[in-house]
Amino acid sequence: MNSVSRAALLYLGLAVFIVLVGLWQGPANISLLLLQSTAFALVALGLNVQFGYGGLFNFGILGFVMIGGFAVTFVSYPVSKTFWTGEGPIWLLRALVAFAAGFALVWGARRLPLKGGWKAALMVLCYFIAYVVYRSQIDPAANYIEKHDGFIGGLGLHPVLGWIFGGILAGGVAWIIGKIALGLRSDYLAIATIGISEIIRALIKNADWLTRGTLTVSPIPWPVPTPGDYQDHGVAPAVSFIYARGGYLALALVVVAIVMFLIQRAYGGPWGRMMRAIRDNFIAANSMGKNVTARQLELFVLGAVLMGIGGAMLVSMLQIFDPGSYQPINHTFLFWVMVIVGGAGNNWGALLGAMLIYLVYTLSGPLSQALFYAISGWTTQLGWGAIPDIDSRSLQMRVFVLGVVIVLALRYAPKGLIPEVVRRER
Amino acid sequence: MDVLVFFINKVLVAGTVLGSIYALGAIGATLIFGILRFAHFAHGDMMTMGAFFAFLIALVFYHYGIYLPVPMGFVVMPLAMLLTIAVALGIDKTVYAPLRRRGARPVTLLIASIGVTLMLQGLIRLFFGTGQYSFFDYGETKSIFRIDMSWAGARPITFTQPQVLMVIVTVVLVLILNFFLTGTRLGKAMRAMADNADLAQVSGINTQLVVRLTWVIAAALACAAGTMLSLDVSLKPDLAFNIILPIFAAAIVGGLGQVYGAIAGGFLLGFAETLGVFNWSTILRPLAGVLPDWIVIPPDLSLVPTEYKLTVSFVILVITLLWRPTGIFKGAST
Amino acid sequence: MPLIEVKNVVGGYGGAPILNGVNIAIEQSDIGVIVGPNGAGKSTTLKAIFGLLKVTSGSITFEGHDIANALPDRLVPLGLSFVPQEKNVFTSMSVEENLEMGAFTRRDDISGTRDEIYAMFPVLKEKRRQPAGELSGGQRQMVAMGRALMSKPKLLLLDEPSAGLSPRYVLEIFEHIVTVNKAGVAILMVEQNARQALAFASRGFVLAQGANRFTGTGPELIADPEVARSFLGG
Repeated sequence: MNSVSRAALLYLGLAVFIVLVGLWQGPANISLLLLQSTAFALVALGLNVQFGYGGLFNFGILGFVMIGGFAVTFVSYPVSKTFWTGEGPIWLLRALVAFAAGFALVWGARRLPLKGGWKAALMVLCYFIAYVVYRSQIDPAANYIEKHDGFIGGLGLHPVLGWIFGGILAGGVAWIIGKIALGLRSDYLAIATIGISEIIRALIKNADWLTRGTLTVSPIPWPVPTPGDYQDHGVAPAVSFIYARGGYLALALVVVAIVMFLIQRAYGGPWGRMMRAIRDNFIAANSMGKNVTARQLELFVLGAVLMGIGGAMLVSMLQIFDPGSYQPINHTFLFWVMVIVGGAGNNWGALLGAMLIYLVYTLSGPLSQALFYAISGWTTQLGWGAIPDIDSRSLQMRVFVLGVVIVLALRYAPKGLIPEVVRRER
Repeated sequence: MDVLVFFINKVLVAGTVLGSIYALGAIGATLIFGILRFAHFAHGDMMTMGAFFAFLIALVFYHYGIYLPVPMGFVVMPLAMLLTIAVALGIDKTVYAPLRRRGARPVTLLIASIGVTLMLQGLIRLFFGTGQYSFFDYGETKSIFRIDMSWAGARPITFTQPQVLMVIVTVVLVLILNFFLTGTRLGKAMRAMADNADLAQVSGINTQLVVRLTWVIAAALACAAGTMLSLDVSLKPDLAFNIILPIFAAAIVGGLGQVYGAIAGGFLLGFAETLGVFNWSTILRPLAGVLPDWIVIPPDLSLVPTEYKLTVSFVILVITLLWRPTGIFKGAST
Repeated sequence: MPLIEVKNVVGGYGGAPILNGVNIAIEQSDIGVIVGPNGAGKSTTLKAIFGLLKVTSGSITFEGHDIANALPDRLVPLGLSFVPQEKNVFTSMSVEENLEMGAFTRRDDISGTRDEIYAMFPVLKEKRRQPAGELSGGQRQMVAMGRALMSKPKLLLLDEPSAGLSPRYVLEIFEHIVTVNKAGVAILMVEQNARQALAFASRGFVLAQGANRFTGTGPELIADPEVARSFLGG
């Protein structure tokens, strides 16, 4: 069986699976699942660009997804009048000036013609001073805003603009991270990116003035007509959810289709060929005069842009930005399972993996719940009593299933369901 | 004097305790890296698992009304270690060994270890939910020692019995490990394999045996670290993820593969975290009378806010990786 | 019966075979030297004997045991020992610990053998507490040989022992090899300094493209005009 018909067959199988799940869970649920899986698919495609094309070990996906979520919140949430008419902006401006001053200090110190230990000591001192100066301004600013306005609010623009901004912001942060970290070897890069994403998570989670932190921001505007809009036009509530989600799904599919088209073309073109050459033979590519780090930086940024867009779409879909809900398991490792099971290096594989794993991941919750209730029924009959806290426990089965899936995939299908087609180009 | 005591209580005791735990965890992670060449992401969960084993065994003793002068967690630790070792060896046999035999690259093992993390985490939460547990909720009390400092007109220095035992256990374990690595044939073989795996094989060293030994040591130390952490604070199923990055950070700061570096890195990070969130204004308060009126000491003068405590480790980790990835103690050239 | 006999060995790293029928036979008293151009499969032959690459056909017997594809932890106790060309010491471990690692498979008292090796290489005794990574190239080569001899081998395999050494050390290493051989250890070595090595070889093997081209005693091969022209540079 050639690879194309294998892929077609797998997609057919996925479609059948989705229909079956739809019959089981009902149209409102399956449309929501599909909708979320498209956002997850975008992030998985981003990881496929980074890892599949370039072999880059980004374990900090969570950071970019979170940045995307913040971006769409900031762009699309209604404008806060109290913030803009109060002293908040002035305070923030002062913090910005302090930041700029600190930056200038460090930048200036770098340029001084000093050497060795003195230079290092001076740099540490300058960083420290810059940090203290910035903190001295941002802390009162944050206090003021949190006290008077809660948080700075949004810009009240269209959510799709927020998605774009999410992509840009994530890409920008990725550029900075890539610039400093991409020289590292695979496992060091993995640990560095996970560390950086944890720092990003801590910043977003604790910067209440900017993101409301654990207080969460909601409702975040929906980019297409909402169930409420349909209901105003006399559509029955149950149907209105399907319409609204269907509309969003159509929009999301358009985004995925555009992204798919672009990255497929890039993969087949000379740029993609060069990327694969670098991935497969780093040293040879390096000695052939390819600027390896610059190329890897392009991949890293491109992947992060997709992650940012996906993260933004996810937040406008859920209509809530809750920095406390981001966990490495479902916002970093889930994507790795998707790409590895689907087939690293193959976009169709990553897409399939994303849809499939998302469904498996979400459905293993209710499935194991049903299983537990069955077992609990037996144990009660046997007189051992019922299993306590079934609902919260069965949710944990999802994590276990995810672990089993990745271990099995690595062992029995290390190239994924739809492996990368290796073309010999000489 | 009061200020000094405050400093000892807040920084010296807390830093030593945290440092011991990081060090024990980091030794295991660094050994696994040295021998098997991959970053073992499931190490934090191994610690959590070990702690839960100790907790379960302790519960059995509490159930029969057995209470000893030392916390039960310490007494049952050897048993819990054995269980943790058994699980670690089982995981190696079923997950990692087949991949190694296939000649998989170390990064594949790294991803597999994430799978193991997810499995362990899922199982632990399946059985224990997401709540908190404490060894001291079952009739055992945490004795507190106070060193009287009234002769100096200060409050007493306080620490708990688990904290003292923890430092003792750490020192003993490190001494045993040191003797093993420098004084025994197998320990030297382990160092040899970490140094040059091909040459170790050529010398006829049984590399399979060394790999198993590595898991034994790493699992035992992970169990000890996890149990002691939960004795000091509390036992939580999601302990793992908060601890794995500081542990990697400690191992990397010390130079991956370097046992003594991992110990130093562990204490360095333990103290960095405690010093980072330490409120310096208390130390400076005695100066208030001396300073001119226009200088007011702010009530909160910590370097980073408390909610960023773990971030200190991540920042040190990232700086080390970027500035000197082989570790600040001249790590192995891997 | 020869101590070791390699017969028509074909093997490689999984792709196309690198060895296409190598034949080698060494007696207990022999110094065997394998020479040949780059890529002829000289080092590969040693690795095939030592189980470090797959032998797909042919046989390798050592004192009558079939050892094709046997791993080092079985070969070392049988009496084989191998000194790789590069990275052949544990750099972070002391000289003495390096020697101990060579004796890993022995469970008896190793201090006698260690003293013999210190007698052969007095400089190692002086530096026995120093990490091997701090030694000079020639001294490292001595550590590597000493490590291999600690298992009391009957056959010592050496992969280019003179590589990267200054001429003075090359001679010294060769002298040591002859001494070891006089003490009853068979030697099979790969050498780039072909003429120099063949001069004291009792068995010489000229390989090309993974197969034997010429076989004979060292002096015979040196005297053979064709060998001299094609492989010894005139």
